[in-house]
Amino acid sequence: MSSKTIMLYVAILLAAIFGPILFPNYIQQMAVLWVMVLMASTWDALGGQTGYNSLGNITFFGAGMYISAVIQISMFYDVAEYTSAYGAIKPVFTESQYYTGLYLGIIGAGLGSVLLSLFFGTFMFGLRGPYFAIGTLGLAVAAGQLTGTFDYVGGGSGISMPFFPGDIEFRSLFFYGFCFGLAALSHFVLRWMYSTQFGLAINAIRDDEDKAEAMGIPTLLHKQIGWAVAAFFMGCVGAVFGNMVGFIEPVEVAFPTATFGIFMVAMALLGGKGTLWGPVIGAVLFHVIKETTWTVLLGWQWVALGLILIVNIVYFQEGLMGWLQRKYPEFFGIVVDTSSREEKAES
Amino acid sequence: MLDNLQLLFVWAPVMNIQMILDGIFVGAVFALSAYGLALVWGVMNVKNLAQGDFVILGGYIAFALYHPLHASGIPPWLIIPIVLVIVMVSMFFFGTVVYRLIIKRVIDQDMFTSLLATFGLSLLLQQVMNLIWGPEVQIIDSELPILTAFDSFVTIPTVKILSLVMASLLAVAVVVFMKTSRTGQAIRATAQDPRAARVLGIDTDRVYSFTFSLNASICGAAGVLVAMIWVIQPFYGIVYSVRSFAIVTAAGLGNLPAVIGTGFGLGLIEQYTGIIMGAEYQVAAAVVMLLGVLIWRQIQMRRHRQVVR
Amino acid sequence: MKLNAMKQMAVSAAVVASLGMAGSAVAKVEGDTITLGSSISLTGKYATNGLHTQRGYDYAVDVINAAGGVKVGGKSYKLTVKYYDDESTPARGAQLAERLIQQDGVEYMLGPYSSGMTKAIAPVSEKFGVPMVEAEGASRSLFTQGYKYLFAVLSTSEQYLSTTIELAAQTSDNPSSLKVAMAFENDPFSLDVREGVVDAVKKHGMKIVIDDKLPADLSDMSATLTKVKAIRPDVLIVSGHSKGAATAARQLEEMKVDVPIIGMTHCEAAKIQEKFPKSAKGIMCATQWVETIPKSDALFGSAADWNAGFKKAYPSYTSVPYQSAQASAAVLVWAKAFEAANSFDKDKVRDAISAVEMETFYGDIKFSAAGNNIAKPMFMRQIDADGNYNLVVTAKDMEFPRKPGY
Repeated sequence: MSSKTIMLYVAILLAAIFGPILFPNYIQQMAVLWVMVLMASTWDALGGQTGYNSLGNITFFGAGMYISAVIQISMFYDVAEYTSAYGAIKPVFTESQYYTGLYLGIIGAGLGSVLLSLFFGTFMFGLRGPYFAIGTLGLAVAAGQLTGTFDYVGGGSGISMPFFPGDIEFRSLFFYGFCFGLAALSHFVLRWMYSTQFGLAINAIRDDEDKAEAMGIPTLLHKQIGWAVAAFFMGCVGAVFGNMVGFIEPVEVAFPTATFGIFMVAMALLGGKGTLWGPVIGAVLFHVIKETTWTVLLGWQWVALGLILIVNIVYFQEGLMGWLQRKYPEFFGIVVDTSSREEKAES
Repeated sequence: MLDNLQLLFVWAPVMNIQMILDGIFVGAVFALSAYGLALVWGVMNVKNLAQGDFVILGGYIAFALYHPLHASGIPPWLIIPIVLVIVMVSMFFFGTVVYRLIIKRVIDQDMFTSLLATFGLSLLLQQVMNLIWGPEVQIIDSELPILTAFDSFVTIPTVKILSLVMASLLAVAVVVFMKTSRTGQAIRATAQDPRAARVLGIDTDRVYSFTFSLNASICGAAGVLVAMIWVIQPFYGIVYSVRSFAIVTAAGLGNLPAVIGTGFGLGLIEQYTGIIMGAEYQVAAAVVMLLGVLIWRQIQMRRHRQVVR
Repeated sequence: MKLNAMKQMAVSAAVVASLGMAGSAVAKVEGDTITLGSSISLTGKYATNGLHTQRGYDYAVDVINAAGGVKVGGKSYKLTVKYYDDESTPARGAQLAERLIQQDGVEYMLGPYSSGMTKAIAPVSEKFGVPMVEAEGASRSLFTQGYKYLFAVLSTSEQYLSTTIELAAQTSDNPSSLKVAMAFENDPFSLDVREGVVDAVKKHGMKIVIDDKLPADLSDMSATLTKVKAIRPDVLIVSGHSKGAATAARQLEEMKVDVPIIGMTHCEAAKIQEKFPKSAKGIMCATQWVETIPKSDALFGSAADWNAGFKKAYPSYTSVPYQSAQASAAVLVWAKAFEAANSFDKDKVRDAISAVEMETFYGDIKFSAAGNNIAKPMFMRQIDADGNYNLVVTAKDMEFPRKPGY
């Protein structure tokens, strides 16, 4: 790791720590920011690096949310009774019950999502290009709809999650810590993965899958690992997000295909897909734009967001990261060989 | 569930007629919105996520036209064609504008560029419609008679028949147009190989522009039907977008007749799932069908591979 | 310089995230203005009723301000409402509630639209100890959680359509022979209404023959109605916000469904009496409020006065949806509570709200310990051939069996 990169990480770490301290009123927005960063980065593992553009990664977000909810509740209550539309029982979770439930829930959500991704992978990865994108979109829509028919988890009524037992001022900070921690962890895991042979292999799949297969790369395995990593983090962060929101429901909160499901792709493309930092920058930009327009331009907020997306796509087609790379290639360690051009000019 | 099967096949088999008819009518509208998508996807490789919002926009233009026309005393059977023509023409121009401003610039990029640009467009359109027409659920009352059969057990609204006829006519017209006219041939040539087409003197830019505008126009027509058969609201476009993508993907790219067939199939599956399993499974059934088709095709391909080997 | 560009961007990114969206943290009472806060569905699937609600709030605020505002400590204060758009998603609602409280310093909340959204927001405002008077979250489960800062001016959702079942029972000598068909949207509010209906059905020993849950993004219920035609139930119950009401009214007519008693919610909000006059005839509509009740208050006058005033302010309504009326009532509760508490301390105001016992144009308001209004009944109205809503108290008041206009 070069000193430049280390400085960058230190700077981000400082921002992440002092942000909430300096602006305690904005903790929740910052927490959501890290969720967005995580979503965009893990989407890129498959979308940008492996060339499999999934529109259905949100499936794991919702799956994680529900797995965690079921774990948290089932440890102390009967889930079906808890979720019945009446809400006749008033659940009380002691502090230790809450935290044990939450931690086990998050871990369970991550592992459960990995299993799901492995299962889905067996039949989804035969699809290529747009078929994969639409197929995974179908997966996410189906997941939301089917969860809505499942009375055990409350169906369309949703579940009111156990509420954070500690001090309310501390609650946001607590979840902020989780969101930042997961985002950072996912970043370093992805960074490490891209630096190994695995990274080369998935890039090979992106560039030409048939050749990669002919070279002896077990393509299915690589794709499944890539998706499983994304699924793990999406599951964990889904569990955290569900607890942060406090009320989960299948179509709008857990499996929001038309918002978060596509936002994560938009963010990755905005920053530049296939790079480590692109999705991060894209997510930050997107979130800031969205929050600002929602405050300043109420009534026109979607118009503004739509316009910004369009302008961005039309004029910065390679994403912000790509644009920067072209502008300042040296900084990214890209050596532009100008000597051959000069020789030609001389001769 | 068993009760419902019994009901369907033992106690009231006449229900099947209603189901099949409804399935076909519903399917016709879905097919119509998917038809344009199949065109732009096949010809220009543009995935238009704003497809459903085009449909709703068409519905709103019709909504805005219908009441003034109705108040002016023109008979209902005449209003519908007038509205339809105006909507299709205005949507055609709208499509051209969108093409010039946005689509033209993303056409040569990879698939997700167009997807994202049209997603932005979709967000924008939704709120613009919300600002113009408000968030209320709106409808058009076509005032066309409702036909009945089997002691009024089976009902067939004329407007649904009209939509089926229109969908079929449009489908046939597009196919004939593609096969015979110069523009149609140019479109097909461009779809096959844009570079070669350009070399041969085809103005691909104009072909793209026309194709995209045609799509918007067809969506507009679908929107008129949606407003007359169901309800419109600025944020309901996503339903038609998802259905269109499901249909085109399941039908396979570049296969226009299959798009129609899949549209009908989707309509039927939704109706029967609604009856047999309950309405809560209706939307899930549509996407599960899509997944089923995709997986089935893979299995077939695997077999094919083995044979070749 | 290149290094700077990169570093600047990455570092400032996180900072900008917090700085860039910095609105001014206005205090709850500034000068002579009291700021109430509400996150409401201005876009998305609940936008129709979000708008009805917002107009109700705005109308009440205008009337109160025009009448001199709220008097606290001998000084008059104007009311204003700070809105955010929750996009009809509970996740966003919960975030915005926190934002209203933390960033905008709002200490007095008005509720969002729909039970789901209220379920997401209530735990947050509760924990912050910020009182919320809500007008649109009717789910019973909101009032079993022991919330201290949540107050609802409306009746809880199980009361919406159970009256239809009671009325149906009165029409038959043997209620247990009746068959009931139900179609509810698959969302928290409608499913809670369903629970109330199921209870009433069980009480009379009736039989549920259809129990469909309509997906939220489905605007077609022909499959359910085909089944209704085949089974011929005695009662049909439909609930699914404005879209559900509009879809049902449209397809009932289209499929010529003839059921003796049809019960629905959100008829006024969807304006079915205007859009589908033939089909609306004879439909029974649950409503929280009717403009003919003999109730009044000093500010808005009688129910009819409020109705007339609101129509004047928003001429697009022919029949005002009760969603707007109860929204106005919620603002009225705030005004009364400020004056009663004679203070801006949120806990004192909270105690004043819980002690509120008054007659308003919307009906009597008195909160139980759980926070729901127990002084006001629900009403059932039937639409007649001219599109008027007529109050139904016993089965004798209603047209039975329903004779549809198609």
